[in-house]
Amino acid sequence: MIPGTFDYHRPATVEDAVGLLSRLGEEANILAGGHSLIPLMKTRLASPEHLVDLSGIGNLKGISVEGGDVIIGAMTTQHELINSDELARHLPIIAETSRLIADPQIRYKGTFGGNVANGDPGNDMPALMMCLGASYSVTGPDGSREIAARDFYQGAYFTSLEHGEILTAVRIPIPSPDHGYAYEKLKRKVGDYATAAAAVVITMEGGKCTSASIGLTNVSETPLWASEAASMLVGTSLDKASVDAAVAAAEAITEPASDMRGPAEYRTKMAGVMMRRALERAQSRAKG
Amino acid sequence: MAKSHIELTINGKKVEALVEPRTLLIHFLREQQNLTGAHIGCDTGHCGACTVEMDDMSVKSCMTFAVQANGASITTIEGMANPDGTLSALQEGFRMMHGLQCGYCTPGMILRAHRLLKENPAPTEDEIRNGIAGNLCRCTGYVNIVKAIQYAAAKINGTPFQEAAE
Repeated sequence: MIPGTFDYHRPATVEDAVGLLSRLGEEANILAGGHSLIPLMKTRLASPEHLVDLSGIGNLKGISVEGGDVIIGAMTTQHELINSDELARHLPIIAETSRLIADPQIRYKGTFGGNVANGDPGNDMPALMMCLGASYSVTGPDGSREIAARDFYQGAYFTSLEHGEILTAVRIPIPSPDHGYAYEKLKRKVGDYATAAAAVVITMEGGKCTSASIGLTNVSETPLWASEAASMLVGTSLDKASVDAAVAAAEAITEPASDMRGPAEYRTKMAGVMMRRALERAQSRAKG
Repeated sequence: MAKSHIELTINGKKVEALVEPRTLLIHFLREQQNLTGAHIGCDTGHCGACTVEMDDMSVKSCMTFAVQANGASITTIEGMANPDGTLSALQEGFRMMHGLQCGYCTPGMILRAHRLLKENPAPTEDEIRNGIAGNLCRCTGYVNIVKAIQYAAAKINGTPFQEAAE
């Protein structure tokens, strides 16, 4: 399978990339790792006339700590997330989630920015970014702005990103060092998107849950932040009755499609099961 | 559409070429460079038969444009033998442990295993299986592929290779 013809551009700065995108218009696409876009181009579901490759822009890569936040450059690969000491120290859930994305080869090329920005509801990072309260730094022809992950996803492949804007970095507040976390993903095989998946971050004190945040993957047109379910857990000991009620609340906001991964009812239930398992594992990891 | 000029290193040799931007790396290697070792299996990024080494990464060359490899160093199965022409430890492992039947997945398996052992010289069986999770084999059931990689790791590390009990 051979993609349609296109012109290739490899700018060296974000400003040049933004300039190219606004000059070339709607027929230009951004190329990051390419592992979502290139398959679409090979099957001619996408036929951009121009590709603007971001791999030549040095400052889009890397992981740093700034105050109480971790900043991850958009072109940082999943492989680099898995091997980052900074993330292992502050946000181990990111490596845990990255290991469940695709397969080793794809993780060398697949980028963090591409995963959060392309709007595929099957991607794993968006629900995790909603869970962690991340924000996205975006640069376009009119300058830069920050968009909260929780406001970013509008529909399948439809986000708050305007054409011509580039997501350059993700800013994630570092959770308390005592936090417990887990990402649980049900998939049919290695490399598959989730049938359902759940990201959970909690803190505990004296046996009581003091904060909770929950994200759900691939059980709606967008990733979901299950804020009501999470708030039902705060103040409880994560006893069975409280967890049952919170799981029911999370299941209630899902709206999965029936597809080859199973009927909608099944995928809703699996979202609940993933959330329950993630909560158990997060609780076992939480200190306090 | 304008062709792009690329310069890269393939199996230690400098190469310059003009490519259409839409040319996939696998097609460039097979059709322009006559390096037919890397295979096109599924052509959709699932099977890993097209895996090559690119700048310390295992890459599916059917999912990468040749222009993306501009400036890169590429190794294919044609560059895997020892400089004196003898089989490298991985190639020997696949031969000794019967790590192939039809052989179609083998170049991708060996290139992937090559990177895996560079990053993790003494992997457990579980780490090997996870490490080759992006490479499909429809003949062997993977048992002998895992043994082949264990054989190579032992040979590279100078430790005795003990075949696991069935």
